[in-house]
Amino acid sequence: MPSDLIHEYMRIDHLPQIWCPGCGNGVIMHDVATAIHELIEDPDTPCNRDDFVIVSGIGCSSRAAGYLDFNSIHTTHGRAIGFATGIKLANPKLHVIVLTGDGDCSAIGGNHLIHAARRNIDLSVIVFNNDIYGMTGGQYSPTTPNGDKATTAPYGNVDRPFDIANLATGAGASFSARGDVFHARETISIIKQAILHKGFSLVDVYAICPTYYGRKNKKGDAVEMLKWQKENLVPTSKFYHMSEEERAGKKMIGILSYNDYPEYTAEYAKVIEASQKKGKK
Amino acid sequence: MSKAVLMQGNEAVVEGAIAAGFRFFAGYPITPSTEIAEQSALRLPQVGGKFIQMEDEIASIAAVLGASAAGMKAMTATSGPGFSLMQENIGYGVMAEIPCVIVDVQRAGPSTGLATSPAQGDYMQAKWGTHGDHPVIAISPASVLECYTLIIRAFNLSEKYRTPVIFLMDEIVGHMREGVELPNPNDLIINPRKMSFHDGANKQCYYVPEGEFIPAMKPFGQGERYNITGLAHDESGFPVNSNEIADKLVTRLLEKVEKNVDKICRIEEYAMDDAETAIVCFGGTTRAVMSAVLKARAEGKKVGMFRPITVWPFPEAQLRERLPQLKKILMVEHNHGQMLQEVQRTVGGKLPVDFLGCVDGTVISPDAILNKLNEMEGKRHAK
Amino acid sequence: MLGKKRLVVDEAWCKGCGICAAFCPKEVLEIKHEKVQIKAPEKCIFCAQCELRCPDYAIYLVNVEE
Repeated sequence: MPSDLIHEYMRIDHLPQIWCPGCGNGVIMHDVATAIHELIEDPDTPCNRDDFVIVSGIGCSSRAAGYLDFNSIHTTHGRAIGFATGIKLANPKLHVIVLTGDGDCSAIGGNHLIHAARRNIDLSVIVFNNDIYGMTGGQYSPTTPNGDKATTAPYGNVDRPFDIANLATGAGASFSARGDVFHARETISIIKQAILHKGFSLVDVYAICPTYYGRKNKKGDAVEMLKWQKENLVPTSKFYHMSEEERAGKKMIGILSYNDYPEYTAEYAKVIEASQKKGKK
Repeated sequence: MSKAVLMQGNEAVVEGAIAAGFRFFAGYPITPSTEIAEQSALRLPQVGGKFIQMEDEIASIAAVLGASAAGMKAMTATSGPGFSLMQENIGYGVMAEIPCVIVDVQRAGPSTGLATSPAQGDYMQAKWGTHGDHPVIAISPASVLECYTLIIRAFNLSEKYRTPVIFLMDEIVGHMREGVELPNPNDLIINPRKMSFHDGANKQCYYVPEGEFIPAMKPFGQGERYNITGLAHDESGFPVNSNEIADKLVTRLLEKVEKNVDKICRIEEYAMDDAETAIVCFGGTTRAVMSAVLKARAEGKKVGMFRPITVWPFPEAQLRERLPQLKKILMVEHNHGQMLQEVQRTVGGKLPVDFLGCVDGTVISPDAILNKLNEMEGKRHAK
Repeated sequence: MLGKKRLVVDEAWCKGCGICAAFCPKEVLEIKHEKVQIKAPEKCIFCAQCELRCPDYAIYLVNVEE
């Protein structure tokens, strides 16, 4: 028997999941389930589990939709945000959560990501960002750092990487944040805020892929990769109190940008109202 | 019948679709389908529906499938280049059994081609555009009135068989403007979505009752929790790596259309009772063919028209029924011979099948068809 | 509060990645034969860090009935 939380929110007949030993995806999926659980339990945030839809694309990350016991839809590569846009606009009462990967959302699905951010449609996009294509065996992705190795970059990656959280901000996302596997408690809190945010939200969660990215780039095993996160990713509250020197080489996790732009489905509701008034004249 | 109104084919599609319960459109502008998006943007909010202009055709079909899964009857409209972009997700709709209607107002290709000129070059793409073995239902209207009545049928078939339906128009029909008497809304037959909530006996979301082909649909957000995937899946909707389950699923998907082909396939016949020559055509070539048949009849020739309305599956049983009385067949279509292959396959060499097509963006005139008939006569006499 | 919670391991789900043992603040856990073992249950402070970071949901705290 797994824990009550897992038993309640996951399709336990299909666990343990297919991910490799030490893969960060399982932790992020746990963060998502915990965030939803805490929202359901909190009387200040009235919602029930039928209000949630989990949408995913293709890749290691996207297998999460099948394990989470909600309305879930595992779509095509890169297109999760397109499907999610249709679901949200069809039924704006739903909390639509997109689980995606760095390749899924910023390479093949990059166009959909920036346009959903621009529209500010109320989706919560959680990126399982492991810097590599895991499902196909370790090819470089749009977040693989310059110079790093991958099966398709045997001499080092000449591409320059995206910072997905900044990309979302630049595209007009009204909520953009960063989380990671090591700081699970903080990441759960960020995911909760992203879900509650009325508008497009993106949480770029730094995952770890010890099997492909770690091994190819001599980053050590899962434990070593998490130690790196522990030392180099700093929660907002701490980061703000650090000096310039202390911040060198470190990255902040937390909410990076926030705006209260008008939300798309709320704006479209006004269109419906206006069209019907006009029709009656 | 209400009084006649002047309408364009593309507009009639939107009005018919709304009558069928269509409430969600996602699309991307492309000639010659754009009026469908424009009219949807205007009309849908008036009936409480939703319109969204997406960033491309891939996103459009994705949003349509998402909206349909969430409980809305949904449609998109495009032309050849956009239709190509949609193909992967059309296959997803087939595999996950999500109803929706995809309108393809064909234009001359390949590639960007002649963007404002008519053609029927997507006939084979409608069937074979997405990868893997899959069923396809495609309907082709030939008049503004049919744009209205047949789009309703497209929605009905899509709901009944839980599969995307292709509405294969062309520039001629899409931009055709004529007076139409729309049917009385009370006379329309509208298939509601077959829904199932917590059906005690079997809660599996893709459970198919004995003797049926299609699982009832369950909407998101109304108490059913289930998984939808494009991977091979079992009755619970969960991906499986089982050859046996994959075979069962794909076979059922194919059979739900194949075994109901008599209910799905519709044709129109004109002057076929005593015809010895059948001209086969569909969609935008129909008017020219009818005119040619009239002229040929005036000259005493026993010519008739056989028009598939359901173009996929190809109505081969209906054509085969006509073969004993026929001496020859002429296929007329605005392409280089696509439906021709289906006709030849059906005829199986029993009759000569001639072909008249064009790929230059012009239209085939009644006179060109008559000339072709005369040429065929000449060939026969020369023998 | 001590004694009201208990650490549980589901060996069948453990893939032996070692994350739980590496970040346990009290060295309660170890990996043996590619599975997590509770080597010093008396040291556990029930902080749940292992549960939060286990990718495979193989280790977690349960409430113990009084």
